[in-house]
Amino acid sequence: MTDMTIGDVTPCSRSLKRVAATLKRRRRKQALLQWIGLGAISIAFITLFILISSLVSTGWQAFSQTHLTFEVFVDPAEISAARLPRGGFDDALVVSLGKLLENADMSDRDTARAVEGVLSNGAQFQLRDLVVADPSLIGQTITLKVPVADTFDQLNKGLIDRDTPEALRRVKNREIAWFDELKAQGAITKPFNLGLFVNADSRFPELAGLKGALVGSFWALLVCFLIAFPLGIGSAIYLEEFAPKNKLSDFIEVNINNLAAVPSVVFGLLALAVFIGWFGLPRSAPFVGGLTLALMTMPTIIIATRTALKAVPPSIREAALGLGASRQQVVFQHVLPLAMPGILTGTIIGLAQALGETAPLLLIGMNAFITSAASSPFDSATALPTQIFIWADSPERGFVSRTSAAILVLLGFLVMMNAVAIYLRQKFERKW
Amino acid sequence: MINRLAAKAIRDNGIKMHSMISYHGMFSALLILVPVLTLILLWLVFKGPVTDSIIMNGLPDLALVGRDVGGVQLVLAEIKSVASGRIFGTPEPWKIDAAGRFLEISNTADRLLIGVVAALALVLLLFARSRVSHDFRARQGVEGIVSGLMILCSTIAVFTTIGIVVSLTYETIRFLDAVPLSEFLFGTNWEPQIPLREDQIAAEGAFGWLPVFLGTLVITVIALLVAVPVGLFSAIYLNEFAPKKMRSFVKPMLEILAGVPTIVYGFFAILVVAPAMRSFGQSIGLDVAPNTALAAGGVMGVMLIPFISSFADDALSAVPQSLRDGALALGATRGEMMTTVLFPAALPGIVGGVLLAVSRAIGETMIVVMAAGLIAKMTINPLDSVTTVTVQIVTLLIGDTSFDNPKTLAAFALGMMLFLVTLMINIFALRVVRKYREAYD
Repeated sequence: MTDMTIGDVTPCSRSLKRVAATLKRRRRKQALLQWIGLGAISIAFITLFILISSLVSTGWQAFSQTHLTFEVFVDPAEISAARLPRGGFDDALVVSLGKLLENADMSDRDTARAVEGVLSNGAQFQLRDLVVADPSLIGQTITLKVPVADTFDQLNKGLIDRDTPEALRRVKNREIAWFDELKAQGAITKPFNLGLFVNADSRFPELAGLKGALVGSFWALLVCFLIAFPLGIGSAIYLEEFAPKNKLSDFIEVNINNLAAVPSVVFGLLALAVFIGWFGLPRSAPFVGGLTLALMTMPTIIIATRTALKAVPPSIREAALGLGASRQQVVFQHVLPLAMPGILTGTIIGLAQALGETAPLLLIGMNAFITSAASSPFDSATALPTQIFIWADSPERGFVSRTSAAILVLLGFLVMMNAVAIYLRQKFERKW
Repeated sequence: MINRLAAKAIRDNGIKMHSMISYHGMFSALLILVPVLTLILLWLVFKGPVTDSIIMNGLPDLALVGRDVGGVQLVLAEIKSVASGRIFGTPEPWKIDAAGRFLEISNTADRLLIGVVAALALVLLLFARSRVSHDFRARQGVEGIVSGLMILCSTIAVFTTIGIVVSLTYETIRFLDAVPLSEFLFGTNWEPQIPLREDQIAAEGAFGWLPVFLGTLVITVIALLVAVPVGLFSAIYLNEFAPKKMRSFVKPMLEILAGVPTIVYGFFAILVVAPAMRSFGQSIGLDVAPNTALAAGGVMGVMLIPFISSFADDALSAVPQSLRDGALALGATRGEMMTTVLFPAALPGIVGGVLLAVSRAIGETMIVVMAAGLIAKMTINPLDSVTTVTVQIVTLLIGDTSFDNPKTLAAFALGMMLFLVTLMINIFALRVVRKYREAYD
């Protein structure tokens, strides 16, 4: 009786044996399931990693911009105070630049034009603005720092392979030689690309910036917030606290839930037909974009507000009612302030979604080519995501990295908004 | 304010008020603000069209002879730009006249608005002031107005739905005037190029939505083939096997994947995925189209992973603990418990989530606009390029939008179909999810 084992005594020994025999296989099955699950998660992670790293690797180049610093003689023969703002600013630039290059024959028209091609098209306007602001510069020699053309920017960043045959390359050998000559003189610098944030859109990649898009997105989000926030809260309070349980409030609830799942492009169609077609509001305006986004964001805000209101314990309501407050006083003076952090979190998340929304904005024409920032919500403008769409469609190579950079800026804003939301949630979260 | 002071005066005289004095103030404020703001809003909405029509009626007859709708709008825009001081070239004298009149009208309109608003405010103020007395129920008045406003807010959602349905139906009916319903529903050709001018030689437009719909299905199926297994298995792992720490790290990361705007996925598809697939296809001797359905669908699948995994996770968590305990007590391994007990029990919820993902995939726009093709083909070959309903809507409506040719109207008809299909799926899926939740509550 001392060496009794389970195997030969218990009545169910046979079935235990059978279990023991299959146990290994069954454990293996479970391990397999676990491995598949881990694999699935890692697939998602790897994709996320590739996504971010490909954006960063193409986008970081656009955060710096190659500039050329050189002395420009503001030639009175080309530029006269009387004719401002017109004048031969480009010629003045080319002549001055030609002096830096030893073996460029500036009397040859082709060569002169090629030399001009080193500079960005915006260089002459930069000079013009300087001279217009201060006409006494005419006849003087000034130091000017201008962006170089996109091809040379890419050359400087190593994006153009110097080993490709000349015929297949967009920069010719002599142009490379000039560029290297300028670089040897220390005239080429690569500072932080401030233009990406302070310039508006442009046909030329080296000049294109996000200012117009940022301003447009700001107006659209402001309009969206001003409309969706009060309407959403009002509607949520009514549905959660006051609405009688009847068919009408059921119908409203079903409507809100369905609206949250309607494809965004349908909202764009609605905006196009109603706001622009019937009300005659201007196309491409951030105001219309904001209205559309507000309609899309409202269900999110309503649902978040209702959850936040529900989370406030009934004891608060009962205490206030017991002290003689009316139902509206209970809601507005006690429940709503307590629910506010949750409501704000939901609102910010809704606004973050609205910021990334593209399709409805495309339909109302916020993909126009606009070279100045909007000064009011009724001016034509682009928004961040639509600007990304425009740049992604542009054939110039320089726009590829600009697109990635713009996406990084957009993601940056989203991360910031979500961080604020999470901070709010954690700071004010309370357990009842 | 005046009311508040008046009420205060009464109270200071030692009379008991029914309502707190601040309610008297708020009552008068609401009574004045609500109608005035409504008036201003309506005024601003209708000011534009009304002045436009006055201007257009005042134009000399010969000016508009032989112009279509677009031409008339062009004239109007020109008049407005003259009025705001931007003069290009030398406009005809009647345009300058009209511009002058435009300025005049809009100035009078503004002055009129201010006058009317002031008068209305004054009348309401006097009315509100006359109501102040010790037994006036100001709080009830305020609460009545506030709850009226809140009811108004909550009907906005209904109005939005009505707006969507009405606008889509209206434009679709106009589209069906030009193209018969049978051709739209059953035609197998989608070539929405129509001649813009009379003399232009172009293919006669064909508007059969089947190839577009088929393309949508192909991409949706590809997306689901990626998203369902990955999402489901990660949910299973997270729900049952993952250590708590890992779960609290992985779930937010998946949420990041869900928070990325779709245009970013679209750019990712054309920047990385499509070229990679193309070169991979070439290396094994397959001809892959540059905008293959595989790239768009695959990336869309990635977008849907967090969606499906969170739905599946919720569904698995909703299965009562007693079922888990029962299975484990009978000697099942945790893996067996998952596959034979939890998964079947959670299946309705998971199916609901997958259906919602289908409707997301059908309605998803930016990924396919950037990464899928434009030409509608009757094909189910995933390597080929296909187009989708949303792509067609966007491409038809970008650029010119006069609301009178079948090309733009076709976009609304497609939108109508899209809305109906996704609505049906959503209603069905939400019902499945809800019913299932109730079963375990």
